[in-house]
Amino acid sequence: MRACLAVGVLFCAVFLATAVPAETPEEKGQEIAEEADRRDLGWGDFRGNMKMVLKNQQGQVSERQLRMQGLENPSSDEGDKSMVIFDEPRDVKGTALMTYTHILVPDDQWLFLPALKRVKRISSSNKSGPFVGSEFAYEDLTSQEVEKYSYKWQREEPCGSLTCFVVERYPLYENSGYTRQTVWIDRDEYRPQKVEYYDRKNELLKTLTLTDYKKYLAKHWRAHTLTMVNEQTGKSTTLSWSGYEFKVGLTDEDFTETTLKRMR
Amino acid sequence: MAGGWWLFLFVLLLGASTEVGAQQRNDSIPGEISGFIAAESRVFLADEQFPDQLRWSNVGSFVLQPEWYYEWSGGDDAVLFVPFFHADPTDEKRTHFDLRELNYLHVGNGWEVRAGFAKVFWGVAESNHLVDIINQTDGVEDVDREDKLGQPMIHLTVPSSWGAFELFTLPGFRHRTFPGKRGRLRTELVIAQDDPEFDSSLGHAHVDFAGRWSETFGAWNVALSHFYGTSRDPRLFLDLIRQRLIPRYDIINQTGLEVQYTGDNILLKLEAFGRDGQSTYRGAFVAGFEYTFYGVFDTAADIGWLVEGHYDSFDPDIPVKCLRSGTLPPPDQIPPNCFNQLQGAGFLGTPSPFEHDVFTGFRLTPNDEQTTELLAGVIIDAIDTSRFWNVEASRRIGSHWRLSADLRIFDHLSNDTLFAAINKDDFFQVSLAYYF
Repeated sequence: MRACLAVGVLFCAVFLATAVPAETPEEKGQEIAEEADRRDLGWGDFRGNMKMVLKNQQGQVSERQLRMQGLENPSSDEGDKSMVIFDEPRDVKGTALMTYTHILVPDDQWLFLPALKRVKRISSSNKSGPFVGSEFAYEDLTSQEVEKYSYKWQREEPCGSLTCFVVERYPLYENSGYTRQTVWIDRDEYRPQKVEYYDRKNELLKTLTLTDYKKYLAKHWRAHTLTMVNEQTGKSTTLSWSGYEFKVGLTDEDFTETTLKRMR
Repeated sequence: MAGGWWLFLFVLLLGASTEVGAQQRNDSIPGEISGFIAAESRVFLADEQFPDQLRWSNVGSFVLQPEWYYEWSGGDDAVLFVPFFHADPTDEKRTHFDLRELNYLHVGNGWEVRAGFAKVFWGVAESNHLVDIINQTDGVEDVDREDKLGQPMIHLTVPSSWGAFELFTLPGFRHRTFPGKRGRLRTELVIAQDDPEFDSSLGHAHVDFAGRWSETFGAWNVALSHFYGTSRDPRLFLDLIRQRLIPRYDIINQTGLEVQYTGDNILLKLEAFGRDGQSTYRGAFVAGFEYTFYGVFDTAADIGWLVEGHYDSFDPDIPVKCLRSGTLPPPDQIPPNCFNQLQGAGFLGTPSPFEHDVFTGFRLTPNDEQTTELLAGVIIDAIDTSRFWNVEASRRIGSHWRLSADLRIFDHLSNDTLFAAINKDDFFQVSLAYYF
């Protein structure tokens, strides 16, 4: 696959498409996940603003304003680093969460509490817990490394105006709240369009729809609206991205306890 | 009903604060303005013990803490200004102003320095912050010692691949605040906070120094620190003539250790220090765990169970036993073996409630939209079985308000300690804060 990467992404895609018939569904699913990952390699680092709108069964809404920055880990045996800073609601303003993602072992996480100026190392094993009371779980928001799942190709079918690969993936990391996820990935650009999450009883729990894709640095597609609907409770959360900036010059030094303490 | 009057003032000030918010939006002030204003009502469950204390069972007070932050050169230079004001009509000592922060931050290449009034936290434990020593406790705010006075400092941090190294130069000592004569939650003899004695002839002007190293080793976090300078904990001496307690601040050397192991469901925590300079060598530690059950009863809620054990070699009780609940008996009632100790400012020790105690409690985190939090627990003295019950809860209302409720019960505090003076000061406190 390294050689494949060297030859070029376009050729590689053709190669994969022609190689498909002889493969098992598991291999084919894995290939699609790897290709999607490969196409997004090299984003380096980024900054962006997140707005979350949480809606409950009665239609009442509450909002969160967050900023996020991330650093890509070029090696495939370790995950990326990220920092999330809260701006709203105002009572949690200045709270910051730093994560070192790992592939299969639990991530390292630190939480900064501004009122006490205290950094707390926290356990990340509660992956299925809701992030800031939203319908997104921590595991939905951490970086989606290929090695975190095993895969199984299902079928190809139209998704909107596109054609999608439909792939099931099964979490390999511990403490996931899901037995499986069904992912719709478009055939043209390998972008996830929809994800269905099945709970521990293997019942449909949530549906994520990813829309408003924009391309950065001529290569990296990012969805700007992610809507997560809880099919069991009727609650939903819409996450809107703005102000995406790539290659802003962040390094490992921007993701330390020292920087977490002065994060604004 | 003082609470109502303060609430009225609170609403007035709220109007002013939303004005500030409007200014922020139209960018007439550079930088960023935030902060909170809060109305607080503290209800004591029993009448006061001492004649000087005001007979107010419901104490209304208000707190204002705005924050102004301005940065330039992409955040490598920044100024932070956080004044604090608390008005309590029942206690002139609790009504106070403080510079929580007024500092300048510069981030260099591989180092950063913060100079000015600032706040620094050290530690991992929940029920006592043992090694945390940079900032003085703002003792009139609450009994949990989590409110701190701004400390003048030059704080240099050098992160490296061997951990973060920090150096502190601390010019200017802040003495601890204590409730005044009319206030509750005080010792029977009032502590003369503004009349302290010092080990060093330099007094408040003594320059203190501290250093700290901290590092992450996989699931382990370790920090070692050393502090040289004026102790933040005073020892208390009797002033027989004026019938009061004099806080005495010694020059100490304190070496601190913090360790935390972060597992899947369990956090293991240890804080310990060795301290020299307060008459005898003093060792203390707090060690314990927090075990969390995630997603209990098929909900999103987490429940954490906390247990922490405390030990402090310092024994401040012996001379106090000569008194009845920290007060001075008439001369003919002083036991003969105590007379010499009381003669000429007897030493009463540092008010540390953690000599040999066990804390157990639970934390409920519903992970809901309102970020509700509940922490309830009890600290039990293993020897005299005195108990300190504590419940802290808070919940956001709308997007700008936060309602907090605290209940603190002092149960069977031993008459042999100074703490017996707060036996009737159990209180329930409600606070409504507006964050802008």
